[in-house]
Amino acid sequence: MNFDPDEGGELLRQEVRAFLDAVLTADLKEKLRRTGTHHDEGFQHALASRGWMAPGWPAELGGQGRDPMELLAFNEELEVAGAPMYGPQTTLIAANVVARFGTEEQKPDIIERSLRGAVTFVLGISEPGGGSDVAAAKTRAEKDGDQWVINGAKMFTTNAHVGDYVLLLARTDVDKPKHRGLTMFVVPLDNPGIEIQPVVTLSGERTNLTFYNDVRIPDSLRIGDVNDGWRVMTVGLAVERSGAFGGESVRLLSRIDRWAEGLDDEGRARAESLDVQERIGRAVAENEVIQLLSWRNAWLHAQDRLPGVEGSMAKLFSSEAITRQSADFVDMLGPDGIRRQGDTDAPAEGEAEWAFRYALGTTTYGGTSEIQRSIIAEHGLGLPRSR
Amino acid sequence: MDFDPTEDQSQLIAAFDALYAKWSTPELVRSAEPVGFDPELWDQLARIGALEMAVPEEFGGAGASFLDLELVAEHHGRWLAPAPMIESQIAARLLARLKGSTAAEMLDSMLAGNRFVTMALQPARDRSLKLVPGGTVADCALALDEDRVVAVPLTGTRHAVENLGSLALADVRIPESTLTLADGASAAFERAIDEWMTLTAGALVGLARRALEIGVEYAKEREAFGVPIGSFQAVAHPLANSATAIEGAFLLARKAAWSVEGQPERFSQLAPLSFAFATETAREASYRSLHVHGGYGFMMEYDIQLYFRRAKAWAAILMEPRRAYALAAARRRAAS
Repeated sequence: MNFDPDEGGELLRQEVRAFLDAVLTADLKEKLRRTGTHHDEGFQHALASRGWMAPGWPAELGGQGRDPMELLAFNEELEVAGAPMYGPQTTLIAANVVARFGTEEQKPDIIERSLRGAVTFVLGISEPGGGSDVAAAKTRAEKDGDQWVINGAKMFTTNAHVGDYVLLLARTDVDKPKHRGLTMFVVPLDNPGIEIQPVVTLSGERTNLTFYNDVRIPDSLRIGDVNDGWRVMTVGLAVERSGAFGGESVRLLSRIDRWAEGLDDEGRARAESLDVQERIGRAVAENEVIQLLSWRNAWLHAQDRLPGVEGSMAKLFSSEAITRQSADFVDMLGPDGIRRQGDTDAPAEGEAEWAFRYALGTTTYGGTSEIQRSIIAEHGLGLPRSR
Repeated sequence: MDFDPTEDQSQLIAAFDALYAKWSTPELVRSAEPVGFDPELWDQLARIGALEMAVPEEFGGAGASFLDLELVAEHHGRWLAPAPMIESQIAARLLARLKGSTAAEMLDSMLAGNRFVTMALQPARDRSLKLVPGGTVADCALALDEDRVVAVPLTGTRHAVENLGSLALADVRIPESTLTLADGASAAFERAIDEWMTLTAGALVGLARRALEIGVEYAKEREAFGVPIGSFQAVAHPLANSATAIEGAFLLARKAAWSVEGQPERFSQLAPLSFAFATETAREASYRSLHVHGGYGFMMEYDIQLYFRRAKAWAAILMEPRRAYALAAARRRAAS
């Protein structure tokens, strides 16, 4: 047993840092913040040009064959920097789904363009009123000759307004049990009948509500078998659900550390006060735990030992920790703690105020904290099904 | 990185677990309660070499890694072992670190089984030591008196303290003449306290894990409104939170222990971090599991109260978690 950092991961970490120094400029960060659209084509192209759209894929499929420990280091660095990775991630999810379930005609086109960063996929899974009960999706797809006609609405289709395709889960059989009447499609977002309404979120990030009115697509854009969409989605989203949120906490703490070196009213460094030390110490412990839970998760993957509840634990702990610590740090910063990023009087560069808002999304998307707790209770502790 | 214990470590864990399963059952823990110490368990621990393993080979010990000690401590905690093993191990390591002939002689007599040495966690104040763990049963306690490490004899100077955790605690009056083992040794003593924090974190993780198991078992069996209470999310979800925190506390305690040899520059931060996090985790897990028992949890008859009381008391004799977080932050800042 040892906790030595993984060598390959540390090397990749350095490469990612150098890459971000060059590509994730202050201007780009400002643009992301100002527009609320956390996606940038130039960034995605730069990422793709390094072969980093799917670094974990085997080389023969266009990846770099990075192992899970390297991927962990890779993702940690991008998160800490606040890089616009959601678009590349949802694109990878789509590519992954197509690689597993697509036809031989679909694969070369979709996968090649995805890995080149030339195309952005977004997710059309959640629905208004659906929430955690994803399988209750009401959006319909009805067969008409060799076409499908789609009607319905999807919620939280982040990047739909800048993306090219939506990976869409639709009901194709209303008579079957809810998990068995769903089918997965790839729908071009410039299709007539698609309406995209912006939804501004608490973190300032834009997502979308999307409407589908008699949207026609050919059967060739169906991914996987008819009524097998639930399985297709489960495989695709396994990538999303194992994700912990660690980078934001690390970034927040680095800003807080800088603030704590400033002087208080008596002219001492704030970091010398017991109160500040307690709050920082607790966040340091939580950040260690986040990292250890994520590392072990990745390590189990690397051993080809499928993690059971470890992924849920990492996701639950990390999202609850940033929720707790961001609120605590806003308190610690005093009244000015509520000033926003960009205000020169905002302490800790407004990072705590931002994290306080941002954190509330993390406990929801990718499976709410309640869903994670149920998974842990049922699969980890062997308690009876609780809903 | 490797999260699996080695073959040797697995054997070590199995050996100690078997020992505790026999000599530190809940019944024995209860019957030891008036004094908080079981002499038979103490003999068994001596026989298996719990003390020797903590001491480097050049000082006559078996020189186990610090991580090995933590693995054992997890099981010590899991079985609520009524014996000041961790204190004795840390005292022996401190003696080895102090060098000097007096310390060496004392260490030899400890290893030979002729002297039972513990350590006072709080520094001497007003010629007295407070809440010395194992203080009611040991022969002598190592203590920090200003910047000197002294050996304080316990016979005739102590009186037992009844306490929350039914621990063998004593307040001790320091006699006029004590044996000074080393001058200018506060750093060595602080290091010993860090080691104690780390092993206690391990013990608290073991305690928390077992307490959670008891709560989960109960939630599966006990029915209310016609269903097992574990099927209520209001019952299940707090247990899931504790299961998660326990995994975190477990990995953090092991990392802290590993860092003694693997990343020594971070040990002084990881020790109080692991201690604080494990303390809070054990408190919450034992509280949740007790509460799941409803009114039965409030009865002395059910074992869960044994865990609940010790979760608080084991850590409290040094410092509360908030202080430990602050200590870690101060050290982190000093190191940056």
